[in-house]
Amino acid sequence: MLDLTFEAPKPKVIAGAKHDWELVIGMEVHAQVASKAKLFSGASTQFGAEPNSNVAFVDAAMPGMLPVINEFCVEQAVRTGLGLKAKINLRSAFDRKNYFYPDLPQGYQISQLYHPLVGEGEVLVDMEPGIARRVRIERIHMEQDAGKSIHDMDPAMSFVDLNRTGVALMEIVSRPDIRGPEEAAAYVAKLRQILRYLGTCDGNMQNGNLRADVNVSVCRPGAYEKYMETQDFSHLGTRCEIKNMNSMRFIQAAIDYEARRQIGILEAGGEIVQETRLYDPDKGETRSMRSKEEAHDYRYFPDPDLLPLEIEQAWVDDIAANLPELPDAKKARFVTEFGLSEYDASVLTADLANAAYFEAVAAEAGDGKMAANWVINELFGRLKKDDRGIEDSPVAPGQLAALVGLIKKGDISGKIAKDVFEIVYTEGGDPAKIVEEKGLKQVTDTGAIEAAVDEVIAANPAQVEKAQANPKLAGWFVGQVMKATGGKANPKAVNEIVTAKLGL
Amino acid sequence: MSIDEKTAAHVAKLARIRVDDARLPELAQEFNTILGFIEQLSEVDVEGVEPMVSVEPMRLKRRADLVTDGNQQAKVLSNAPDAREGFFAVPKVVE
Repeated sequence: MLDLTFEAPKPKVIAGAKHDWELVIGMEVHAQVASKAKLFSGASTQFGAEPNSNVAFVDAAMPGMLPVINEFCVEQAVRTGLGLKAKINLRSAFDRKNYFYPDLPQGYQISQLYHPLVGEGEVLVDMEPGIARRVRIERIHMEQDAGKSIHDMDPAMSFVDLNRTGVALMEIVSRPDIRGPEEAAAYVAKLRQILRYLGTCDGNMQNGNLRADVNVSVCRPGAYEKYMETQDFSHLGTRCEIKNMNSMRFIQAAIDYEARRQIGILEAGGEIVQETRLYDPDKGETRSMRSKEEAHDYRYFPDPDLLPLEIEQAWVDDIAANLPELPDAKKARFVTEFGLSEYDASVLTADLANAAYFEAVAAEAGDGKMAANWVINELFGRLKKDDRGIEDSPVAPGQLAALVGLIKKGDISGKIAKDVFEIVYTEGGDPAKIVEEKGLKQVTDTGAIEAAVDEVIAANPAQVEKAQANPKLAGWFVGQVMKATGGKANPKAVNEIVTAKLGL
Repeated sequence: MSIDEKTAAHVAKLARIRVDDARLPELAQEFNTILGFIEQLSEVDVEGVEPMVSVEPMRLKRRADLVTDGNQQAKVLSNAPDAREGFFAVPKVVE
């Protein structure tokens, strides 16, 4: 695998009233496993079902019901771990995290505190070409999701739906290696991209299938470097945790607000209290969730209903052998194999479907660079205008490849190709046939071009004089000839002939 | 380890069990008796002994990823003191 070289981005610096401050951010991302059934029951994970219809008695915590683990969910967590280059623990165990809430019928969440399934890994977060942050992953553990409480259907009651209760989550815990709001959003985006490549989570943030708890603290410049040297947290500031964010925009806004809040307190001589906070997008601020504070005493203990989870190295090796090509590797390959810029390679590998489309065009057209230009500039641009995804593209890879082929052969100019593209996009059809039928083929016959140039020169003696005095004006003749030939003349040939005929 | 009244009150609150202040000294004492009894176990030398998680050498039982359960809204809600429009209805809880 090829590794692109990169530099670390500069941390975000916020100027306080007294001095400069830096941000230190760690994240806990909850990713819902893309499974059919729940982690410990056979109920469906289907989103948007009738309330309390995807509920087994295990999920409703009826007395005597026992959890039985879904092996597919374990496999997806292992896959995710391998995708993040993490250590897989062949022996892990489940613990009970005890708290009371109406959408948690068990009175505890089954999680993995002491022995997580996945250990240390890393994510490379690209900021711009050549600039990336390596974020260390501390661990990934498996746990149950809670149900959903609805507070706005009745003034005096909360309504509880247990459909999501017991759905498998992977909690991906990072080290405090993220240094600004943009990096935090880019980190979530990169994780989401990797999860989608792996197929272990659909990454749908709107439905809450991917959400993040964000730990924010601030420190003076230089302090973070001391922490990195020693891994001693006392060099860092006290952190606050902002819970349950499911929008990249809100994550950034919340971090920015929270950092400024902490700086204000510190510069006024106050102290930061470690606490859980909630972001209010309407007011654009974070506020304390005081109710959570006392309940923070979770009294974890090993779940007596579940034996430790023991998996075999051969099984892990098998999963590793079947991992797909991941974003970093694919991007590096696009750069080396097709000669693309890092930027273009990033755009094309952002989504698996985009990358597959591009590769199909490049393979058929035999020119990666040209294929990339047409996919990114024309196709993506046109799809965006219609608010369409690549899956709904009216232009198939074969059609776009044929169009690129026509330009390569010199049959049509790039300008005409854009017109043909629009026809293929709106009406469909084979580009070669469209060019043939509409008579769009480029004129490369020098005799015909010469005749056209002669005509323009003869009709414009005044312009000829001007051009001979100022050769830059020759372009006007080229334009006239292109117009006279309906854009079908080969521009390079026209240029040469005009220059020669004007004696420049 | 010794449980004082404050800890006893905290534990009761976490367990959502109402305990009158007058009962706290007695409760703390009961906790201490129980913990003291259990602490006798720490006299046993378990250096190098793997924690036993099961009497039988068993492997954690696994399930395939198949939907085999659910679609029983009425049964799920049947024990609820209050249910409306398919939801459990509970006294308002707001953050």
